[in-house]
Amino acid sequence: MAPNHQPKIDIRGLSTSFRDSRRSRRNGRGADDVHVLRDVNLTVREGEFLCIVGPSGCGKSTLLNIIAGFIKATRGEVFIDGRPVTGPDPRRIFIFQENGIFPWLTVEENIGFGLLDAKPAERRETVAHYVRVVGLNGFERAYPHALSGGMKQRVEIARALAANPDVLYMDEPFGALDFLTRLRMRAELVEIWQREKKTVLFVTHDVDESVQLADRVVVMSQRPAAVADIVGVDVPRPRDMDAPEMLRARERIFEVMGFAHAGAGHAPEEGRPAAAPEAGQPAVSQAPAAAAVSRPPVAAAAPRSAAKGA
Amino acid sequence: MGGETLRERVETFLLPAAVAVVVLCGWHAAVAVSGSAIFPTPYAVLLGMYELLMQGVLVKYIVASLFRVAAGFLLALLVGVPLGLLLGWFDRAFRAFNPAIQMFRPISPIAWIPVAILWFGVSDLAPVFLIFMASLFPITTAAMSAVQNIRLVHLRAARNFRVGRLTVFSKVVFPACLPQIITGVRLALGVAWLVVVAAEMIAVNSGLGYLIIDARNAGMRYDLVVAGMIIIGLIGLALDLLVRRLEQLEEVRWGFNR
Repeated sequence: MAPNHQPKIDIRGLSTSFRDSRRSRRNGRGADDVHVLRDVNLTVREGEFLCIVGPSGCGKSTLLNIIAGFIKATRGEVFIDGRPVTGPDPRRIFIFQENGIFPWLTVEENIGFGLLDAKPAERRETVAHYVRVVGLNGFERAYPHALSGGMKQRVEIARALAANPDVLYMDEPFGALDFLTRLRMRAELVEIWQREKKTVLFVTHDVDESVQLADRVVVMSQRPAAVADIVGVDVPRPRDMDAPEMLRARERIFEVMGFAHAGAGHAPEEGRPAAAPEAGQPAVSQAPAAAAVSRPPVAAAAPRSAAKGA
Repeated sequence: MGGETLRERVETFLLPAAVAVVVLCGWHAAVAVSGSAIFPTPYAVLLGMYELLMQGVLVKYIVASLFRVAAGFLLALLVGVPLGLLLGWFDRAFRAFNPAIQMFRPISPIAWIPVAILWFGVSDLAPVFLIFMASLFPITTAAMSAVQNIRLVHLRAARNFRVGRLTVFSKVVFPACLPQIITGVRLALGVAWLVVVAAEMIAVNSGLGYLIIDARNAGMRYDLVVAGMIIIGLIGLALDLLVRRLEQLEEVRWGFNR
């Protein structure tokens, strides 16, 4: 399964509730406490690609922010390499959903941001290397406003890798990208991960994405979220989305999320075309599935073959 | 900006020119029809400008006004930007000082004129002080809200890479605030140019504001009054265009025309 079985990250009894997640500047008091996480326990192995899926707003992003040290948990602790996390650390870099690259710096200045203390020559070399890794040759001097969404996300990945962390935290990093770009970025990410041997924690609400990327998929429950199940995806890469093990994993994840029998047909997320029922498989019981999702089955479906290419 | 056709570019020039011609003709006709002996025709204003230029007072007064604006404005920049950044960064300081700032802000800079004369007498210091007061609040407020509006992901990224405090400031906080500060600067410079004219009418005896009030008081020279007004308008326009060019810098363009 994972290349290595040593525990890297150990999450013990994590619970958290919020007053007001924004900085309390606007108004001192917030609403009542919102319980976001409830006794989350999880172990991440060294070098593992772990996906965390769950319904929108369930708190998976909060979980990742706690693991990264940006938010304090109300209870429980996170240990990395046996030491408790007290704050963010350059050995573990966070990649943000809303794209965290600096629009006032060029591509190469962004990528070199974590290397400001390094010797200039070394820095230049590392930056050049990671420009190549993410395929942004020729854009070194460009400012982010001249780049597409996918390219910006590549810059952020390169900026993270250039700091040579051993863990990457990725919070729905491809969520804002168009369908095809998203597929391409996933494939590239898997390649990079295989080459660079990082431990990756990847939060997504896209079940297909999680199955395609992860060694194991952690399925979160509704808020207050706990670990509902952990589904292993023991399929060699590059992966065939239509392989029976893959379908079983998806089905299992959907089942845990409360969409029994919807696995092959409908992803329970908004604004995204679900995969079409495939030729080989009977059109799965659509009516009950639709009832469960409480919205009609999506007519405009993405062709199955598109997902395969990645 | 790039996609303008030749026709559009010609129009950009011709349309305002046409408006100017119509206004000037209307103005001339109005003066001619009313038979006013005091209000000047456009041509008389032009002659007035020439007269001022020949006497050497025009350049002297322009320099005097610009000098006062520059001094007061730079002072406000020097105080306002750091002050705003600090107040934006430290929530405590913000909560302590912001009510006072918001109370002082709506006081017209003109209202400070008696105070300025009391403190600084009839000297260059009085208008410089007034311009300082006028520019300080827009600049401080802009810098303050710029810091408060820095995107959380940028601050978190900076923390994540654990760069030094100075680097966080120079590579993240300050550049993140720059577009909003430039907007504040533009606003402040506009107000400063308004205020210098008012200040010079009362507190000193040189400058474009003084020119206007002096031309009226010493002989009802309304040709010179209007000439002064037009020059004030043109210089104000030039100042604004100058600051607007800052908005085109690569480092801040992300903050504009989104």
